This record gives sequence, C-alpha cells and structure tokens, in this order.
Amino acid sequence: MSTPLLEVAGLSIGFRRPNGTTVPAVHDVSLQLMPGERLGIVGESGCGKSTLTLALLGYIRGNGTRMQGTVRRQGVDLFALTEAALQQVRGAEIALVPQNAGQALAPHLTVGAQIGDVLARHRDITGQPAQHQIVQLLRDMRFGDPDQIAVRYPHQLSGGQQQRIALAMALAGAPKVLVLDEPTTGLDVTTQAHLLLLLDEITRNTQMTTVVVSHDLGVIARTASRVIVMYAGEIVEDGLVSQVFADPRHPYTRGLIAALPRIDRPELPSAMAGQLGHDYTYQRCTFAPRCAFAQQICDTAPQLGVAEAMHRVRCHRWYEISNEVHMADVGTRIERDDEPTTSTVVLDIKNVAATYQRRRWQSWWRDDGVDVVRDVQIQLMAGQTCALVGESGSGKSTLARMITGLHPPRRGEIRLFDAPLHADVSRRSVAERRHVQLVFQNPDSSLNPRHTIAEILHRPQFVFFGRSRAESLAYSRDMLQNVRMDEAYLTRFPSQLSGGEKQRIAIARAFLAEPAVVVCDEVVSALDVSVQAAVLRLLVDMQQKSQTAYLFISHDLAVVRAVAQYVVVLYAGQVCEYGPAETVFSAPFHPYTALLLAAVLSIDTTPAADTLPQRIDVVDGVVRGCPFVARCPVAIAGVCETTPPPWQIADNGHALRCHHTREVLANSQNLKS
Amino acid sequence: MVWYVVQRCIGALMTLFIVAAVIFAATELLPGDVATALLGRDATPKRLAQVRAQLRLDRPVSERYWAWFGGFVQGDWGYSLARPNQAIIPLVGERLLNTMWLAFIAASVGIPIAIMLGVIAGLYRDHVPDVVISVIALVGMSLPEFVIGSLLMLVFGVMWAILPAITIVPPNASFGQLLPSMILPAWTLMIVMVAYILRMVRSSMIDVLQSEYVQMAYLKGMSRQMVIWRYAIPTALLPSINAIALTVAWLIGGVVVVETVFNFPGIGRLMTAAVGDRDLPLVQALGLVGAAFYIGVNLVADIATLWLTPRLRTQYW
Repeated sequence: MSTPLLEVAGLSIGFRRPNGTTVPAVHDVSLQLMPGERLGIVGESGCGKSTLTLALLGYIRGNGTRMQGTVRRQGVDLFALTEAALQQVRGAEIALVPQNAGQALAPHLTVGAQIGDVLARHRDITGQPAQHQIVQLLRDMRFGDPDQIAVRYPHQLSGGQQQRIALAMALAGAPKVLVLDEPTTGLDVTTQAHLLLLLDEITRNTQMTTVVVSHDLGVIARTASRVIVMYAGEIVEDGLVSQVFADPRHPYTRGLIAALPRIDRPELPSAMAGQLGHDYTYQRCTFAPRCAFAQQICDTAPQLGVAEAMHRVRCHRWYEISNEVHMADVGTRIERDDEPTTSTVVLDIKNVAATYQRRRWQSWWRDDGVDVVRDVQIQLMAGQTCALVGESGSGKSTLARMITGLHPPRRGEIRLFDAPLHADVSRRSVAERRHVQLVFQNPDSSLNPRHTIAEILHRPQFVFFGRSRAESLAYSRDMLQNVRMDEAYLTRFPSQLSGGEKQRIAIARAFLAEPAVVVCDEVVSALDVSVQAAVLRLLVDMQQKSQTAYLFISHDLAVVRAVAQYVVVLYAGQVCEYGPAETVFSAPFHPYTALLLAAVLSIDTTPAADTLPQRIDVVDGVVRGCPFVARCPVAIAGVCETTPPPWQIADNGHALRCHHTREVLANSQNLKS
Repeated sequence: MVWYVVQRCIGALMTLFIVAAVIFAATELLPGDVATALLGRDATPKRLAQVRAQLRLDRPVSERYWAWFGGFVQGDWGYSLARPNQAIIPLVGERLLNTMWLAFIAASVGIPIAIMLGVIAGLYRDHVPDVVISVIALVGMSLPEFVIGSLLMLVFGVMWAILPAITIVPPNASFGQLLPSMILPAWTLMIVMVAYILRMVRSSMIDVLQSEYVQMAYLKGMSRQMVIWRYAIPTALLPSINAIALTVAWLIGGVVVVETVFNFPGIGRLMTAAVGDRDLPLVQALGLVGAAFYIGVNLVADIATLWLTPRLRTQYW
C-alpha cells in the first residue's frame, strides 16, 4: 500500500481559558489520509472537528496550543516547520475551502485578485497568463461569464457563488489534498446540491484527495467514502461510509442517525438524551453521561478498537450492544398523531401581497418595488402544523412578518378567529397580540442577554395577564417542566444555556402567552441534529396539549415531513403547490417541489444527478407567466413564459400550479424515482 | 456616485447655513451690541443711535443676517471694529495661512506616524511594543496641550535652546522666517493627534487581524508581509479615515491654546484677541471659517470612505 499523504498521530490541541487552564478541543486523534481517499469528518458543534481541520494545515486558531502529537507530511511534522516552509505547503499541497466563504473572502479585493494571489504565490503565474488561468478556473466552476465574475467584489456575489469562488481559490494552487470545512452550510438545498455535484465532478476526474468536514451526515454520505465520527474531541467511530451509516456501532453514531429526520418517513425522529458535556479529563468514556447503554465499565476510558476490517469504534460495549435495541435507536421512531381533532380555522391569510418599498424619499420618483409575496392564501387549523417551504428569497420570512404585524401587507388581509387582524402590531389589541406568537430562528438574539430566565418568562405573563412576578413564578415553573427543563434555570442568564436550551426557553415564552397561533421561523435550523430532534418532539407535544396552530417555516424538507400535516410550497413569493403533507410528498409534484426533493440529501439514497438542471446561474426576473420558468426542466417554450399557469386541484385537497396536467407530471416523475 | 457626492455637498452647505445662523444669533444675544462696544465710555444715547444707524443695527435681525451671510458668501466679510480700517479678509487670510501651515506640518508628519504606530501596536497586541505605544498614547491623550507645549518649550527652547521657544517675528513674516518657530507648536499638536489616531488604527487593526479573511489569507499560504499589507491594512485603515478627519478638524480649533502658549501668529490667537476686544464681526467671521473647515474636512472624509469601500462604492454607483 502506498504511503499516507498526511498522518496525524496522537494529536491533542487545547485552548487556554481566561482562568489559565487549558481545555482540550481535540484529544489524542490519530488518522491517516491515503492518496485519492475521500474522507469525511462528522460531528456536532463543539466536537473539535474544525480545530482538527485547521490542524491538517498546521494551523491553530487564536489562543490554542498543540499539547501533544504530530501532523506529518512525508515524514515531517507540520508543526515543526518554519513559517516560510509552512507557507509553501498551505494552499499548494493542502488547500482549504473555508466555512462561510462570504466572511473568508477579503471585502476590498476583487475575487479574481484573490485567486490570482494564490497563482502568483504557489505557481509563479502572474500577468496575462494568470488572467487566463483565473478565467479558466472560474469557467470550471460553471460560471457563465467568468470574465465578469473575476472583477467583482465578494459582496456582489450570492452565497453559492462565493462558495464556488472559494473552491476556485483552493484549486488554484493545484493542491494534492483539498480540505473542505462545512462547504455547503448556509446554502439553499438546491445550491448545495449543485455545489456537491460540481465538487464530485472536479475531484473524481483528478483523483484528488479530499477531506470534507460537516455536521450534516447527508453531505458526508455524498462526498466521502470513509467517515470519522467525532465526539468531545475524540474519534469515536471510523470506517467506510457504507459500514458506518448502515450499521453504526458506537451508541453516539447510532443516536445521531436515529435523530436524523427522514424525507421518506412521516415520523418524528428520536431524540438523543442530554447534551455535550464532560470533564475534559478523558479518564472515562466521554459519551457515557448521555449513553443509554452505559454501565460500570464505562467509568474507564475506552480505546479505539477494531470492530471489523476498516471499521474502528471507541466503546467498551459495542459488541454486547450490537443486537440490543434501545429507545434512542433506529426503528423506534414514534409516529405522529395525524388526526386533526378539530377543524376550527384559527388564522386565515387571504390573498396577501407584500412589497419592500425603497426609502421613502426615493419613492418620490420611482415606484419599482417588486412584490416579494403575491396572492398567498393559507388557512391555519387549530392543533395543526402547516409548513411553509421554500428557498431563501421565496418570501417565507416576509409572510411571517406580516402575520406578526411587523410588515404591512400591500393587499389582502389576515383574519384571526374570523375577525380582521390589524396590519400593524402596535395597533393590535392585547388579546390579538397574545394569540399570535413568534419563535425565531436564532435564540441567541431573541432572548435578552441581561434578563434572567425568570424575567424572560415573566414578561409575557405580565403583559398579557397582568401577573405579578410572584404570581408568574408558579406558571413559569410549570412551563419549564413542560419544556423539560429544571426550575434551577430560572435564575440563570441566556448566555449560560446551550443553543437547544435557549430555543426551549423561547418556546416556553411563546406558550406562556397561551397563543392560538405560533409562527416557528426556522426554529431548528441553527441547532445540532441531536438537539433538533428533541426540540421538534417538544413542539409536537406542546401542540397536542394546547391545540395550538403552527405555521412552521423551514427550508428543510425532511424536518417538514416529520412535523407537518399540511404543506405550502412557496417560490418567488407565490404559492406553487399546497395540500395535506402526504399528497405534497407524493407524485405528482410541482416541478419546483420535485427539484427541492431531488436536492435533499439522505444517508441511504443516492439522489439522481439528472433530476437537477445543469444551469446554476439563474436570475429570476419579473415574468408574466410562471415565475419558475427559468429553472424549470419541463418548461413548455412559448407558453410558460407568457401565460400564468392554472391551478390544478385534486379531490384530496392537493393543488399545484402548472401548465402540465397532473397526469403528465405524475408519469414523468414516477419514471425517474 | 456623482449624485451621492452632490447630495452630500448640498447637505454640507445647509449645515454651514445653520451654523452661520447659530453664530449670528449667539453674537446677537450677547449683552450690549457693537455700537456699545465701539463707543465704550463715550456712549451717549444720541451717539449710540447715530452709530447704530450707520452700522444698520437698527434694521430687523433677519435683514441683517441675510446681509451678513450674503456678504460672507460673496467675499465681503466687512471690517474689523477693534482694528480700524482693516478688512477682515486679509486679516483672517494671513493668519489662516500661518495656521494652515502649522496644521499641515503636524498632519503630514503625524498621520503617517500614527498609522504606523497603530499598525505596529495592533500586530503586537498585548506584547511589549503594543504596551509601550499604548501607554505613551494614553499619556499623550491625557495631558492637556498646554502642558505638552510647555514641556517641549522647556526642554528644547530653554534647556537646550536649539529651537525658538516662542515666536518673535515681525508681522507679515515670510514662511522662511516663520518655519523655525513652527516646529515646537506643530510638534505639540502632533503628539495629541497621533495618540488619538493610533488608538483608532490599533483597534481596527486588531479587529481585522481576527477576521476570517485574514485567517484564510494565511491558510492559502500568503506570506506574513503579504497578509498584513494586502489583506489587513487596507481594510483596517478605512474606519480611521473619519478619526483622521476629526483630528484634522480639531487641529484648527485646537490651535487656540497651542498658539497662545507659543505666541504663534495664527488664527487661534486672532480669535482670542478678537473675543477680548469684543470685535464681533471678526469673531463671527472666524467662527464661520472654523465651521466651514470642520464641515469640509468631514465631507472629504465621507466621500473618501465611500470611494475606498467597494461595498459602498458599488452600491451608490
């Protein structure tokens, strides 16, 4: 066998805390990277995967230090190299595609210049040849007009385009190893799918060695052949993707896979207990506190042992438990209770449209505000979850803002319990405000950092029910119990809580208002998979107790499948498909919904590449016909551009808006799947 | 872009107009008017009325304001009261030129030094160079100008006597004659200015060095020099433009004390003298010149920031 390109041996990296102690972020990691290998590193936030990734380039962030171990390349430790020698390795032999390209590109230099710097540094190409090379690289990244793109600044490009620039920049140094840190996080599903396709094409052709780091098991399944699962800074499982994802051995991996919402099953995934937390001594199993299989032996630290060929696992009991099924495992997903108990219309959104005006003084002479939401009709039933699905820019958030009275509709109206709701939240009655609550995507910014949890939970009770602090305390305790948190949290501040806990508090706050409708705006998309499942479960529990209606806004179709009874698909501000969840998730699909579904990554199915249109750069203009025409793989020339498509409504309540008949769509889509 | 610049210029003119009104109103509100000031002890009701009519002080305030501001814009700034038959424009012009030279020397030496020290301090954050620079800057900022001026004067003017401690030149002295006397006041101004700008540069340098794009530049193998000069410094200096503008504008106002300490024939000393003499037309003119300078410098800084920031430039283009 050939020699490894990179060899990590016993690597521990720690970060200094203000109190002087050093806390390990990566502990005793050993791995080998073989030429041509496609390695994936997966784990949740705080598992040390980013620290490990940067260490592969001989880099440690900020106040971190290498406590032990080596990262060897051709037998030489990267950390022993001089700065000058290290610079010859970074970008030339090992190149990084950073997480969040928008931040990693310098705002004051054109993207062409930033790619050019790599060419000049590592390949000695400057001047005219460099320009040609830059344009060629951009063309390889499927930019339609590479010359134009090269002279743009990062802020003039979309997130997906920025990510492709970062990829071009990494490839410019002709590296042997390409390290991608969360390459698609923050991108829309379709953009992600295109980027992964592109990556696949580039790396397969050149047999390039790649390391993909992600929290998303689906991304790893698509990009890697071997996967390393990290937990609390350690490798807990290491094996071929086919082995690890199909037959996980470590209880953490098992829990992680069980916690994954599946696009093909309308079930709530099972939640993993607890949260990341250990004493950093590595004297006992770091996962034991959360592990359902933990026993006495787990008080000693397990070694990474061989489970089968190419498959290692760090668990004392992996063999004993391999046939044991537990609550927190695949196959014990709890089915949702889908039967609607009532059919009261709580919130009726009637033909609303919204526009973002230019600044007032500018609108004097131009009135070119484009409707970001058009003719949207949705009815929310008590005790039901209606999901609103679409990519960024589809108008989902604007709709949420209209319902909560933060953005006035330009047309149409919103009715609560069959009475019109005022467009401006400040002019709604106390009861109206109480009945419409909002849970935000990011609990970090929606909870006041200077208030204790008790104060945060007291506010809605004071505003809506006039309860005093003392009176509200009993209700707050009850509610904390409902969201499965200890009452000791009452005296804490949001900064002392984890992301999942903060989101629970945000949900508790919404429910203390005893609302009729809760608008959930991407409530789980900032959370880790294991926490996400628990929050979803909590939302469903709360709904079953209180018969609250949810408007569940999400870009993640698998999550929608898990919780929604009713789905509305939004494209460019218009509804293109709606109906009971089961009808939306089965053929016929609107071509846009089909595209979204094809783009969903899963750990056990390989999506058909041909379902994604090859055109990446599409700008949606104002069209008279179907708004989706520019991206539609089945558009009818001469018809779809000019004529608005008709609604086709089936008996089961499913409706889609397309020029193709339901039968034509269903036939072509069944053929593909 | 052009539209934006025009817009800002109109805004600047409007600001100036309001400032002019405030200056006019303030001098108007002072007890006693120009006529009393002129006549002093000779004031009898009859002569007062005579002088008022002569100076058109009996006209309504609004009419006088328009006449004054209109004249100001057209280059007719009137005559000094305390210095008979002296037109204000040449009086102010000569002194303004002297002060401008002083400010120019202080700024052209001080700004590069400030930027350099700020960058160094940011690069060596919390290490020896940073601590030394930051402590000195803090001292420079906390000491009033007249203390710094007096100290410099004591050391270089008196103890070593290598530079003139105070300015002793005939009126209408040439630049060559004035130059030696400018060194110490310019130095004083510079110290205060450098301290302020370098703290600004230091903190934005620290921010930029922690940014992801600087980290990325290192991770794509750029050399340290390349990262600092090409990736870090250009963006780190942008927020400093406004700080620089503020200090430059301060230079013109801040020279009052320094000029008095060094007896330098600049606009600051003219101002103190004018106030002492209750020479109201001169005070008004000086006030307006100061305000115009302040507004002008800030306007230039805003436009420069806009021009140098791609995000803003492309947005307003």
